[in-house]
Amino acid sequence: MLSAKNLECVRGDRRLFSNVNFEAPPGTFLQLTGPNGSGKTSLLRIICGLMQPESGEVLWNGANIRSLAEEYFSNLTYLGHRSAVKEELSSAENLRISSGLVGTELTRNEAYAALERMGLKGREELAARLLSEGQRRRSALARLLTCRTKLWVLDEVLTALDRAATGLISRVIEEHLKEGGIAVVATHQEINITAGSFQRLELAS
Amino acid sequence: MFRWIVSRDLTLAWRRRADVLSTLFFFVIVVSLFPLGIGPEMQLLRSIAPGVVWVAALLASMLSLGRLFANDYYDGTLEQMLITPQPVYLVVLGKVLAQWLVAEVPLVLMAPLLGVQFDLDSRTLFVLFISLLIGTPILSLIGSIGAGLTLGLRGGGVLIALLILPLYIPVLIFGAGAVDAAIHGTSPAAHLYLVGAVLVMSIVFAPWATAAALRISLE
Repeated sequence: MLSAKNLECVRGDRRLFSNVNFEAPPGTFLQLTGPNGSGKTSLLRIICGLMQPESGEVLWNGANIRSLAEEYFSNLTYLGHRSAVKEELSSAENLRISSGLVGTELTRNEAYAALERMGLKGREELAARLLSEGQRRRSALARLLTCRTKLWVLDEVLTALDRAATGLISRVIEEHLKEGGIAVVATHQEINITAGSFQRLELAS
Repeated sequence: MFRWIVSRDLTLAWRRRADVLSTLFFFVIVVSLFPLGIGPEMQLLRSIAPGVVWVAALLASMLSLGRLFANDYYDGTLEQMLITPQPVYLVVLGKVLAQWLVAEVPLVLMAPLLGVQFDLDSRTLFVLFISLLIGTPILSLIGSIGAGLTLGLRGGGVLIALLILPLYIPVLIFGAGAVDAAIHGTSPAAHLYLVGAVLVMSIVFAPWATAAALRISLE
């Protein structure tokens, strides 16, 4: 279970948000909304442990994520809006390397299968810089198909995706929720999730 | 995981060969300019050789350090690396190892050849090679701290030089000292042991400091 207690975030001399609380038991889809600059990305980065909150804490199964450190990271998949796709590498290489980095090694066939499901069949060995923005996004999202983590933190991952891909990602997230996973998603787009329990967290500007 | 980092960085370096070659050419050109500028005064060339080669190696390593984390920072890969289930220490060590293999090893291999221009004998060339072989990993390790600290800053390149070059001084003194000892026919062992000691220290502490620097830079 992921929970947050009294999170406060200050950037420069501006307080982005304070007193943010939530509890997300397994099977929760937590949608994060709010206008631009309201601190969605900051909150997600705090949840990932990439940023320290000004006050408050993020808890994973009741323990502070700072003290869990690597143990927590082994449960976490974070996809930011910088997609972490290397332009010089092909989609298959990108996927295999990013999976290898978190300790889930993929065979070539597994990587190809995931990319095929993401609609990149035939482009597996094409350098990522030759892909369109949407295809690059799809190649980054292929990680969701191969990772075995419980907590997904997704930051505006639906931008540049067409309707078919958005639908596919919704289904992938639904499967994840059915298996007892948690998804924390910041998005402006409507996302249709029917499985699991739905929570919305609105950050005011 | 360590293996993935190293092989990934080597693959990326291979696909951006021009970057690697520019560091090597810089080293070759700078070292070669001195004999051309000074002329065929063997005695003088011999006595400045250790300092020239070592200073050129320091400056060449500055060139490649700016790229150590920058590309990964801008496309978001570095964030991913900080939240892997392995210690960030290993991530940094992997990246530094790859950087050393790509940017410094060619330079170490080239150095004995360049040393011939300074009329060094074969024993001295060998000492030069050894001193660079155990000295250049220190440059990469200490340099990674500067690269981590200046990440995302404008004018980071100059700042790295100001931060890191002073820290290179011990390596420069002992590294060049070893070659100097060889030129004068005494044993370079003492100097080399000291460089080795600095190497062990920086393997233990530098990646740890770099990891902390990266966390701060990515906040």
